[in-house]
Amino acid sequence: MTRPIRGRLALTAVVLTGAGLLVYGGLRDTLTYYRTPAEITTDQEARHTRTRLGGEVVPGSVRRDGGQTLFRLAADGHEITVRQRGVPPETFREGQGAVVEGLLGPDGVFRSDQVVVRHGNEYRPAGRESPPGAAG
Amino acid sequence: MTSHVGTWSLGAGLAASVAATLLWLRLALATGASVRHARLATGASLLAAAVSCGTLEWALLRHDFGVRFVADNGGRHVPLYYTITSLWSSLDGSLLLWLLILAGYAGLLCRVVPAGGQRLHRYAMSVVSAVTVFFFALTYFAANPFHPVHPVPADGPGPNPLLQQHPAMGLHPPLLYAGYVGLVVPFAYAVAGLLAGRAGGAWLAAARNWTVPAWAMLTAGITLGAWWSYAVLGWGGYWAWDPVENASLLPWLTATAFLHAALPGRRVAETGWRVSLACASFLLVLVGTFLTRSGVVASVHAFTESTLGPILLGFILLVTAGVVVLIGWRGGPRDSLPLPASLLSRPIALIGNRILLTSIAGVVLIGTVFPLLAQATTGVRAAVGPAYFNRSALPLAIAALALMGLATLLGPGARRPGDLARRVAIPVGVALATVAVTGLLSRPGPMALAAFGCAALALAGTARKLLDELRPTRSHWARRLRHRRRALGGLLAHAGIAIIAAGVAASSAYTVSAERELSVGQSIDVRGASARLVALDRSRSGTDMTVRARLALAPRGRSDGEAAAPQLRYYPQREATVSVPDIRSGPLHDTYTTLVATSADGSSATIRLAVNPMVGTIWAGGALTAAGGLLALRRAPRRRRPVAGTARSRGTAPPPAPPAATAVRKGSA
Repeated sequence: MTRPIRGRLALTAVVLTGAGLLVYGGLRDTLTYYRTPAEITTDQEARHTRTRLGGEVVPGSVRRDGGQTLFRLAADGHEITVRQRGVPPETFREGQGAVVEGLLGPDGVFRSDQVVVRHGNEYRPAGRESPPGAAG
Repeated sequence: MTSHVGTWSLGAGLAASVAATLLWLRLALATGASVRHARLATGASLLAAAVSCGTLEWALLRHDFGVRFVADNGGRHVPLYYTITSLWSSLDGSLLLWLLILAGYAGLLCRVVPAGGQRLHRYAMSVVSAVTVFFFALTYFAANPFHPVHPVPADGPGPNPLLQQHPAMGLHPPLLYAGYVGLVVPFAYAVAGLLAGRAGGAWLAAARNWTVPAWAMLTAGITLGAWWSYAVLGWGGYWAWDPVENASLLPWLTATAFLHAALPGRRVAETGWRVSLACASFLLVLVGTFLTRSGVVASVHAFTESTLGPILLGFILLVTAGVVVLIGWRGGPRDSLPLPASLLSRPIALIGNRILLTSIAGVVLIGTVFPLLAQATTGVRAAVGPAYFNRSALPLAIAALALMGLATLLGPGARRPGDLARRVAIPVGVALATVAVTGLLSRPGPMALAAFGCAALALAGTARKLLDELRPTRSHWARRLRHRRRALGGLLAHAGIAIIAAGVAASSAYTVSAERELSVGQSIDVRGASARLVALDRSRSGTDMTVRARLALAPRGRSDGEAAAPQLRYYPQREATVSVPDIRSGPLHDTYTTLVATSADGSSATIRLAVNPMVGTIWAGGALTAAGGLLALRRAPRRRRPVAGTARSRGTAPPPAPPAATAVRKGSA
């Protein structure tokens, strides 16, 4: 009986190690951290990792620059300029909360390639919106 | 009035299911008592669940805004179909549907007693009834949709606009729930086997027979969900490794592993694995419900605000602890790995299948709950994106696919090496040829290339096995088909999975997309297609507004083409904007256009154009897999060996829904 049991333990150990390595390797640089504008400007490490930046879109700050959209996100009294590739989706509004994903550039401008839109059957829009096209 | 009827029926259901639990438990512990009362109690709880569902549906149809759920989710402007489906468009109502399905399973299970497993059946009924008690209590105390509203509003906002876009809404949630809840029966039989103390094969046959239909419905539900996501959410994909999606995949993985571990004809003591997989499947259903229904995914702190979260979490912990203690106490002799005659034999392949499927489930589960654990323990908010799952779960899935292809070719014992090589030669050749051809013609990337190869291997292996099954013998092929339904269903399911894999690999490797802001008259190009903005139309119906971008689609370089009209719909009552994509499906690829945004002056619009190859094969593969499950549902009505002591002769008509192969229908015992 000892041989099968020992074999089983060895197999279990191999499987667990393999799965552990896969999980570790998978999580290593795919994690995206949520940060506020204050955190991302003070944390040096934040400049090198992909971040989800959350805050309120400062009213009046949204403007278009070629194929990009510039706006400011504010939270807890700190503001940061975001340069968004492409046009943000219709669910994005001035004065509303928004979460963007990307990297902080060396010039202190956050380069976002994605406005995070939640999908799933429990979708709840962040807040009041105006009709499509009726407001900036 | 409606409120009272609803609340009252929930209370009655709670009482009836408590009675049912106690009565079935008494029957299990002391034989001799009459089974009639227990059946009556089970029937009463089913009736109560049906009445509460019916009452809520009636209130929705009558626009009875005095009921809280209707005030929150009903609306006079909502079309009839979506009024009916709004029963499950929100948490409280979907719990009612869940309850109805659960009570329905209890009602079915109570009619189907496995041959020689009466005591087992009674324990199983006690377990299912106990779960019913929990869900009745949860609905009654924490999520009662029938609370009256004062003052009664004149109209409601209607269900979430996203859930009013696609007719699949009427089918997807009920199918998915039927699949989820159906896994309660194998769980109940596993626990019953442990409680009854004879962890033999009796519980296994019953559990397997009930898992097959649940698994088939879960497969269909997941496929429909992916289709819904593709057709409604407008982001161009069908699977985002969202917690909601992972929640449906996790029990599917363990249920699949259970079905393989419980394949008939194996006499090896593998009770531990089988019991664990059967229990894990249902526990993962509960975990999924907790993750998606308590708001815990949005924030760890949100779930304590809902009453539902802590109750569900407590129940999960309680059940897990109970199962672990039971397995430790009654798990029987430790499994002993049979020393295999050959490493290349089916038993070894099946062990590999189990290890791979549970590993995938583990990896996906960790990725899903990691953000919650990280936030709960360190306070750091982090998101685990698709990159994690693609990197960790996909290699395992490809390995499982390869194993699936090889395992069908292996025999139960050792084969002579020459014989094995001859059987494997053609499928492996097909696989290598597929890899060579796709690799030379395009650059799909190593992961997609491996997936193509393994899918080809699995398809060729399945085809080979299918030819073996259908090879002309003395018996007529139709009779053979009847006798070998289970095996054929399994093969069909395997083929479906391989086809899904090919579709997923192709669509993730070859999808091309572009997004641009267009003025009227301008066009956007990707490889293989172009779209020209013809006009932007605005329309209004009631309070809802719609912007429609009229596009002229053309295969690149040609001027003739179809018209497409992706839309943005705005629902002021829900303060929601829904982007409805336009999908032109062809045999090889879909042309997928989305209206992302429109400019303030209405002169330009941002359009996303994508060509998604072979997405259609994913739906076809899902349908084939589910059909395979249905084919394997019940053994052929004619058997070579009549089972002693059956009551089969009692009715000539086959029993309606119960998927019981070894079960017989009994009158009152």
